[in-house]
Amino acid sequence: MTTFWTIWISVITLGLIIGCFFLLRWALANKTGVPEGESMGHAFDGIEEINNQLPRWWTILFYITIVWGFIYLALYPGLGAYQGLLGWKSSNQGVLSLEESAQARADAKEEGLLVEYDRELDKAADVYDPIFEEYAKVPVEELVNDPEAVKIGQRLFLQNCAQCHGSDARGANVGFPNLTDDDWLYGGSGAKIKETLMLGRRPIMPAWIDAMGEQGIKETVAYVLSLSGREQEPEMTALIDAGKARFMVCAACHGMDGKGNQMLGAPNLTDNVWLYGSTEQSVTDTLTYGRNGVMPSFKKTLGDDKIHVVATYVYSLSH
Amino acid sequence: MSEISQAQPDYNYKVVRQFTIMTIVWGIIGMGLGAFIAAQLFAPALNFDTPWLTFSRLRPLHTNAVIFAFGGCALFATSYYIVQRTSQVRLFSDKLAAFTFWGWQAVIVAAVVTLPFGITASKEYAELEWPIDILITLVWLAYIINFFGTIIIRKVSHIYVANWFLGAFMLTVAVLHIGNSMAIPVSFTKSYSLYAGAVDAMMQWWYGHNAVGFFLTAGFLGMMYYFVPKQAGRPVYSYRLSIIHFWALISLYIWAGPHHLHYTALPDWTQSLGMVMSVILFVPSWGGMINGIMTLSGAWHKLRTDPVLRFLIVSLSFYGMSTFEGPMMAIKTVNALSHYTDWTIGHVHSGALGWVAMVSIGSIYHLIPVLFGQRAMYSTKLVNVHFWLATIGVVLYIVAMWMSGVLQGLMWRAVNADGTLTYSFVESLEASYPFYVVRFIGGVFVVAGMLVMAYNTWKTVRAPKGSIAPEPAAQAA
Repeated sequence: MTTFWTIWISVITLGLIIGCFFLLRWALANKTGVPEGESMGHAFDGIEEINNQLPRWWTILFYITIVWGFIYLALYPGLGAYQGLLGWKSSNQGVLSLEESAQARADAKEEGLLVEYDRELDKAADVYDPIFEEYAKVPVEELVNDPEAVKIGQRLFLQNCAQCHGSDARGANVGFPNLTDDDWLYGGSGAKIKETLMLGRRPIMPAWIDAMGEQGIKETVAYVLSLSGREQEPEMTALIDAGKARFMVCAACHGMDGKGNQMLGAPNLTDNVWLYGSTEQSVTDTLTYGRNGVMPSFKKTLGDDKIHVVATYVYSLSH
Repeated sequence: MSEISQAQPDYNYKVVRQFTIMTIVWGIIGMGLGAFIAAQLFAPALNFDTPWLTFSRLRPLHTNAVIFAFGGCALFATSYYIVQRTSQVRLFSDKLAAFTFWGWQAVIVAAVVTLPFGITASKEYAELEWPIDILITLVWLAYIINFFGTIIIRKVSHIYVANWFLGAFMLTVAVLHIGNSMAIPVSFTKSYSLYAGAVDAMMQWWYGHNAVGFFLTAGFLGMMYYFVPKQAGRPVYSYRLSIIHFWALISLYIWAGPHHLHYTALPDWTQSLGMVMSVILFVPSWGGMINGIMTLSGAWHKLRTDPVLRFLIVSLSFYGMSTFEGPMMAIKTVNALSHYTDWTIGHVHSGALGWVAMVSIGSIYHLIPVLFGQRAMYSTKLVNVHFWLATIGVVLYIVAMWMSGVLQGLMWRAVNADGTLTYSFVESLEASYPFYVVRFIGGVFVVAGMLVMAYNTWKTVRAPKGSIAPEPAAQAA
């Protein structure tokens, strides 16, 4: 902010408050020419006005707020670029990346500024980080036996994961996996769960409508649905057979037997667990338009140690 | 001076009558919508899986209907009445008056048509799309010309304090509306704001808070300054208090917007200034309450018999309460607890239902007999019934929201020994359920009161002219 704007803001702000003060002095002095407690001498539609003095308690309150206003504006940033005597800031405003944020945090510390957000983060780190550091030393498969750790993991899950996976972790048939059924897209070991949380996942199912055509999709859907052992009408046999021939291209990811591939996050198609719903329509949609899953990375928001505890909770759901 | 009012000029009461009746109609619709969406918050199935019945579409319709349709019509009606009576002259232009009436109704109907279909500029309290914004601007300019035109041709030397407030309300709302609604149209039903990011947020709350400050405070203080002394039959308590609280109020209010954006990307200095001005504003705000309530000194006994006066005085009490609460909530430390919770909703409604609606209702009960050639309302008893329905309704509403709001604020910040949050958002929502039910019941009381008012008005308007005599109780007053 340029000096001009700082002066502009200060003059208007302080001028207004000082203006209120003088207006108050003027009103108290009774310069109306009418004695106190008498009518002003004009009436509007029969309404008269009395020239009463301002209530004393109200006047004092006005003085107090004006004085308080000056004190506050001296202590805190308010008058343009002026920083305030306390050197207080709510946060390092204007940073555009995590790197800039870290730099601003270090700079503020060096200058001795009181950055409220940084102070809260520091305080939290001092108190809580050691707790998670201790947990992180124990492998997920062992930590799962510590009920307190699992409970903390659950709380973190409710705050960060439940939005998609649900507060019961059972997911939803719109692409949010159920985490309680021991059916894993990328593997269910402690290390794999942590990997998913740390790096995120971007599973892609391509759209097949251009390559297969509507008839081809229909055949493939019939075959895919038959894989999980559903009862099929006898007249479907021809469709299923045709679909089986087409499944060759799907096998690249889902495997010849349709049991999927955890290296690629390709779902097992034989276990009757459906990420996007089990109806013929939803499987047809999946094949026709493809799917794009997004599991975000929590590395920067939660950090390694908390992720370790969340992974422990997720692991506990099926173990 | 009373001889002047004996020989009354031929006032334009037609436009006042039109706006008065529509105030009641829009009041029932707007508050009814409010009660309906309040029910949706604990019984979501009430949106019947229909997009235009969802909370998100009806909530802006509710706010627009109560603020601009109900509140707006009340302001048009009373300002046109007050400016004529206190200037002792007929309105500057009957044609402009008719244009403001039909134009304003067109704006409201346009809101009813567009908002449920999701046609919105998505700025709170300024949701209407650009063609409607232009119509609002035209109507508002006509209103300003008509009001100030009448002031200019007035037959009395001074300008009454009610007209200062009404004039400030009109001018500032014009500036706010035009400033905040600046947008680039991309089609007839879609536009994008001219502002972006933190500037947009600042503009929005500069507008949003001053919609409260000038539309819902200054305008209704104008109403108060006429109807309270008139109904009480007493002079205004302090002329000097009205001067200082007027100038301090309008100059401080315009700064208060940033308190809606504490601890956001808005620069710290802006937040501080908004907070300082909001806190100082508390004192001039109370100036209006003191002047209104003290006007009653020497006539307190009238409250026992006159439910209309009761509406006006209780409205001032709610005004005092919410103008204390507002500056307090503008303090950053308090705001850190109250912001984003139901406390805000409670605060708004103690202002909107307690102050704005009650002062309007009281004023309209005063107006209707005058406008329709009667000496009193059809039933003073029903006015009293309305008073109690409204008061109980408002108290249930705001107490429920206070409790729910503070509970939410405390639950959201509760932290376990390990630093994790104690409650998830859904748990705080579950805890709010009982309060949502109480809030709905409060809302139903308020709407029921409005229906009683509509019936009473209907009977008063339909009765042969001059056939209703004041009831003995009211006469004794």
